[in-house]
This record gives sequence, C-alpha cells and structure tokens, in this order.
Amino acid sequence: MSITTFIIISIIKSVVVVGLLLFGVAYSVWLERKVAAHIQNRWGPTRVGPFGLLQPIADGVKNIFKEDLTQPHVYKPLYIAAPIISLVFAITSISVIPFGNWVNVGPWGTYLQITDLNIGLLVVLGITSMGVYGIALAGWSSNNKYSLLGGLRASAQMVSYEVSLGLALVGVVIMSGSLSLREIVDFQGGRFWGFIPRWNIFHGQTLGFFIYLISAYAETNRGPFDLPEAESELVAGYHTEYSSMKFAMFFMSEYANMLTVACLATIMFLGGWHGPIFGPPILQAVLPVFWFCLKAFFFMFLYVWVRWTLPRLRYDQLMAFGWKVLLPLAVANIVYTALVVAWRA
Amino acid sequence: MFHLILFLFFGAICVAGAVNLLVQSHPINSALSLIAVMASLAAEYLLLGAEFVAAVQVIVYAGAIMVLFVITIMLLNAGKEERSKGSRVAILLGVPGVLIGGVLVAWTLLQRSNMQAAVPIGALPGDPADIARLLFHNFLLPFEVTSVLILIAIMGAVVLASRPEAVARGPRKDEG
Repeated sequence: MSITTFIIISIIKSVVVVGLLLFGVAYSVWLERKVAAHIQNRWGPTRVGPFGLLQPIADGVKNIFKEDLTQPHVYKPLYIAAPIISLVFAITSISVIPFGNWVNVGPWGTYLQITDLNIGLLVVLGITSMGVYGIALAGWSSNNKYSLLGGLRASAQMVSYEVSLGLALVGVVIMSGSLSLREIVDFQGGRFWGFIPRWNIFHGQTLGFFIYLISAYAETNRGPFDLPEAESELVAGYHTEYSSMKFAMFFMSEYANMLTVACLATIMFLGGWHGPIFGPPILQAVLPVFWFCLKAFFFMFLYVWVRWTLPRLRYDQLMAFGWKVLLPLAVANIVYTALVVAWRA
Repeated sequence: MFHLILFLFFGAICVAGAVNLLVQSHPINSALSLIAVMASLAAEYLLLGAEFVAAVQVIVYAGAIMVLFVITIMLLNAGKEERSKGSRVAILLGVPGVLIGGVLVAWTLLQRSNMQAAVPIGALPGDPADIARLLFHNFLLPFEVTSVLILIAIMGAVVLASRPEAVARGPRKDEG
C-alpha cells in the first residue's frame, strides 16, 4: 500500500468513525430521555419528528444559539480550555477501538479500526485518565464553591475507580496474553460445547465483568455515582457556570466517554464483533459490525436503566465501596485468573 | 526526517514546559506545565520505540500523580505566589552549575556522535512481554523490594497525616 493510499484511507476512516461517534452521542441522549421517560411512565420527546427522533438536532441548534455567558469571576484561560480538554480526550479514545474484521472495498482492504496498536488497551486507559483534567479544571477555574466541590469530587472519584477499572481488565489481558484490542477479540472466537460463545464473560471473567461495569459507571460520573453533579446539593457541580456550547461540550464528552466504555466492555468481555454470521457475502461483511453495535447498545441501555433505577450513593459510601470492596475483589480476580492460567500452562 | 522533526518538536515543548513551570507564579499553571512536560516526554518515548513506557508515563504520571497534584492545589485553594528576590548563593552556585552541566552534556554528545543513529519503532526490545520478563524474572527481587519500599512510604504518610491520638486509639469503629 503506498503512502498516499494509506493517508487517504486513514483520513476516511477517522472522519467516518468520529462522525459515527458524534451521531451515537446525539442519539444516546435521545435514548436516555426516551428510556427515562418510559421508566417514569411518561412519553419523553415526541414533538420533533416521529418518536422525537429529530430532538437531538433541535437541542444542538438550541445550544448553538443560546447566549454564551462568561462570568466575570472565572479564571478565563482554563475556563475556556476545560470543555475543550474534556471533549478532545473523549473523542480521541475511540481511535484504537476495533469495530469489525478485515473488509475489502474494491482493490483496497482495511481493518474496521482507525489504527491497531500493540498497546491499544493502555492507550484507551491513558487517554481516559487524562480526561479528568477537563472536569477538575472546570471546577477550579469557575471560582465557585459548588463547581469546586463538584470538580474535587469528580477527580477523587475518577482516580479511585480508575484503579479497579484497570485491574478488572488485567484478568482479560492475562487470559489473552496481549494488550492489542484486536488480538483480545480474536481470542474470543469459537464456542464451548457448540453453543456457548467463548466470550470472556463466560470464560472465567464474570466477576471481572461486573467489577468493570460498576467502576465504569463511577468513572464516567453516571448514576448512581453521579455525585460530581448531584443536583440536590451542588446545583450542577463542575459545569454550573457553563452555558451554551461550552456546556454542550461537557454533555457530549460525557456521552462519548460512555460510548467508549461500552465499546471497551464489548471488546474485553462480550466478544467484540463475534456472533452468528450467515447469508450472502454483503450480509457477512455487515453482520460483525452489527453484532458489535448491538452489544455496545445493550451496554448503553444498561447505563440508562441503572441510572433511572438506583438512588444516588452518599460520598463516603462511594469511596468506601471503591477502595474496600471493588479493589480487593479486583485483586482477587487477578490472582484467581493468574492461578488458573498457570495451572493450564 | 519526519521522525527527527517530531522528536525535536516534542523536545522543545518539554523544555518550554519545564521553563514555564518555574516562571509561572500560580501553582495551577505550574502543575499544568508539568503535565505538558510529562506528556511530551511520553511522545519522546514513543518516538524512541518504547510504546509501553510511553503509555505508562501517561497513565501513571500525567493521569494519576499529576491529578493528585491538581487536587491538592484545588483543595488548599493556593493563590498566586509572591516573587522573591532570589538568594545570592543560588545565583553564585547555580549559574556556573548550569553552565558546567550544559557543557558536559554537549561534550559527551559530541564525543559519541558516531554512535548516534535513528531507531525505527519496534527495533528495540520495548514491548510489554519483554518488559514483563525483565521485571518478573531477571529483576524480580529488586522489583518486589521497591514495592515494599513504596508500601512503607505510604504507611509513613498515613501515620504522619493522622493525628497522634487517632493512631493511639486504633481504627474507628463507626466507619464504613
């Protein structure tokens, strides 16, 4: 492949993936509002388009045309930089996520992934760990006690739960012996006894999956762990002073982070793009991507379901749960997995 | 060629961040410059073919340790520092020290200029499996001793940070 083809294919892939991510973000918000409404026996958005499907567009237009207020007491450079940092890191982490297998389009072929790295998993973790600065700096630079408290809570919570999140993934890494997301998915092909898929969640990593699930909720500041923006005590937490598109950028980065976490869960525990493949060649090419999206969608639905079902935790409960329950469980999961792998070797 | 340009670019950011860290009078700006230094160091490691070290540099230093720095600055609500005149001893010893150090580094690099060559990514043993083999096989004892050392440091920090009467009384019963 010549360098020009490589660059053109890379650009096309980046544009398509980022476009799909932003589309996904917009419709996750719609999904959240719709599911929340039905859980509470309401209708949710119905006015704009059929089933309110054009609501995200209306929201976007509204946010762009709102007045962008900058309070006089904020520390301006960081106040403006914070939402940008948040959104940039949220979008960048999608770059190593594999959506599907090799596809051929005419004479060219490519993996359905912007780039495959042999440390792909670490790259995702590294980028998400940088995302905390957006929230922390937003809270600090707003120069407002609610924002500051929200920012402090968010950063302490994210640093704490990042530990168990990372450790929950170590079990999968030990089993597949690789940090490349593509190889981790390849490891999960095939079935047990012909009908149970060899996904990691059915392959000794059930505990790891649930630790990951809970830590992921806390890591993305979602209910029942949404203390950084607890409306009843902190107004809106770290984004209290933000309006218009700056607020929308925080909102988008929250949903983009959720999508990344959902994709990562799909890759690490739910077998990535593996699923029944049948039918004519065109269907065979599309089905893996469909299975991947279906699993990620299931995870997103779970996010919304949990948020509108469970009440918010108290802050000391949150910290105690993270350090005294999840962390020991994650370490136990690593020890158990390592022992099993060593026994088989 | 492109490689070299990137390397020099990130090197320049690294040095600029380090200088800015000292020049800024507000602690949060200094902390942010330090993050820029860490991140560009990670980019330098990446260009040298050490992907694993680069990722760990970002996760551990930029993503965890610096977050704690920023939290501390936010918690203490530290304001602008006042600029002092600077001590005479620092100028008398520091300026010649910097000069000698710079000359030494430049001299060493020039002496060994025949050993300098570009390294393609992946040419040096830097992948996670190699590093794991070194850490958990060849250097297992030093590695484990270091972790015990860090554990002792953490326990020391806990003892120093808590009030003496709380340590004497033991852990609180009503917690959790």
